[in-house]
Amino acid sequence: MRVNFTVNGRPQEADDVWEGESLLYVLRERLGLPGSKNACEQGECGSCTVRLDGVPVCSCLVAAGQVEGREVVTVEGLAEYAKEREAHGGCASGACGTSVDQAKKWEAKPQDSQTGEGVELSPIQQAFIDAGAVQCGFCTPGLLVAADEMLERNPSPTDADIREALSGNLCRCTGYEKILDAVRLAAARQERQGEAV
Amino acid sequence: MDFLRPASWEEALAAKAEHPTAVPISGGTDVMVEINFDHRRPEYLLDLNRIELLREWEVGEENVRLGASVPYTQIMENLRAELPGLALASHTVASPQIRNRGGVGGNLGTASPAGDAHPALLAAGAEVEVESVRGSRFIPIDEFYTGVKRNALQPDELIKTVHIKKADGPQQYSKVGTRNAMVIAVCAFGLALHPETRTVRTGIGSAAPTPIRAKEAEAFLNAALEEGGFWDNGKIITPAIAKQFADLCSAAANPIDDVRGTAKYRRHAVGIMARRQLGWTWEQYRGTGRTLEGAA
Repeated sequence: MRVNFTVNGRPQEADDVWEGESLLYVLRERLGLPGSKNACEQGECGSCTVRLDGVPVCSCLVAAGQVEGREVVTVEGLAEYAKEREAHGGCASGACGTSVDQAKKWEAKPQDSQTGEGVELSPIQQAFIDAGAVQCGFCTPGLLVAADEMLERNPSPTDADIREALSGNLCRCTGYEKILDAVRLAAARQERQGEAV
Repeated sequence: MDFLRPASWEEALAAKAEHPTAVPISGGTDVMVEINFDHRRPEYLLDLNRIELLREWEVGEENVRLGASVPYTQIMENLRAELPGLALASHTVASPQIRNRGGVGGNLGTASPAGDAHPALLAAGAEVEVESVRGSRFIPIDEFYTGVKRNALQPDELIKTVHIKKADGPQQYSKVGTRNAMVIAVCAFGLALHPETRTVRTGIGSAAPTPIRAKEAEAFLNAALEEGGFWDNGKIITPAIAKQFADLCSAAANPIDDVRGTAKYRRHAVGIMARRQLGWTWEQYRGTGRTLEGAA
């Protein structure tokens, strides 16, 4: 079957999709977006976390046919998504409106929002690097998507909030402390930036 | 395999009537695991994601009408006051990613004895509204579970709404597992006090072939509370009553040994949870304000 949906802001069409196929498979094998990782295929590990209409989900548990007409953001589009959100005052979808001034300043993007190449890193990605939260890196994309969503929803999280938000993401290097550090760092930077504005 | 994508509830019922073997998929957190692991190759997948009414809920006079696909996240965030037991149970489901997709309809459809929602539904009191092109019917929750991963649905029926009694008193829920997230219950227990009818109801999960109530334990406690005038005088329930209640809850369980735990441990843990929850809910009923213990 054919599936039409939006990935990282761009309309996509996947052909010859098997009816039992997961969104994760379509992203990785048909659309060339291997950022979302395939590990447990049963929703245990969170490595395949993406946002489906804004909500974090395990893409391995979403049937491809279920995303018809819907919007998906993967780790490849995270930087662009975060940038848009900043520009729209916490509304990455743009649904909250664009001012005339903002519209006039618009220009075509020089980078590729599809693969994420050439795009500046999002604050959460930078925080993971700065805090040394990346070891083998396999769990990182899922953690980034989950952590970014939590900071969007809850800008001043407690440690308990962070632990809960990331409870569906496993790191087998067990670098959890540095991962928590990274999320705290991103939250602190976000807060400081908020104050500066 | 065919992927059926009805745009309305009526279309979904027609599709299920035409293809009774079609497997309904909503959150996908059970169905996709089986497909990913090649444990199941259904002829038809029936996607329910486009049907808005399954994602809606309504708080009525006596009941909450909960759409089958309302995600656990929404129950936790919006129905904590009306459905405290189910909200606690929802919070123990897997992880945020899974709670964003899964709902009570899926728990009922799968009918695993380990489903997290079951003990809360049994304790609160609920009816499952199912429908087919032949019409709709209400199945009392006590009659819904018919065997291990079996339920009272006919092949052409779909779960539409779960009608759950609004809490008229304190409710509790707990679940035994190795950590707070991503755990299939070793066993679980739910308790609801119903001061309006001066009754208590229980729910036991993962400790029998189906989710069950500990009916003898309920009958004993109802009589003991009545006899001692506890509902009126609000006194502390005596340790002897609490112990007998816990023992009867243990005895109601009919567990097995498996990878997650032994039958002996499960039976023991059910009794412990029953005794503790009776303490927590009764303290809350007495209005001593110690309501947060055991809250997930």
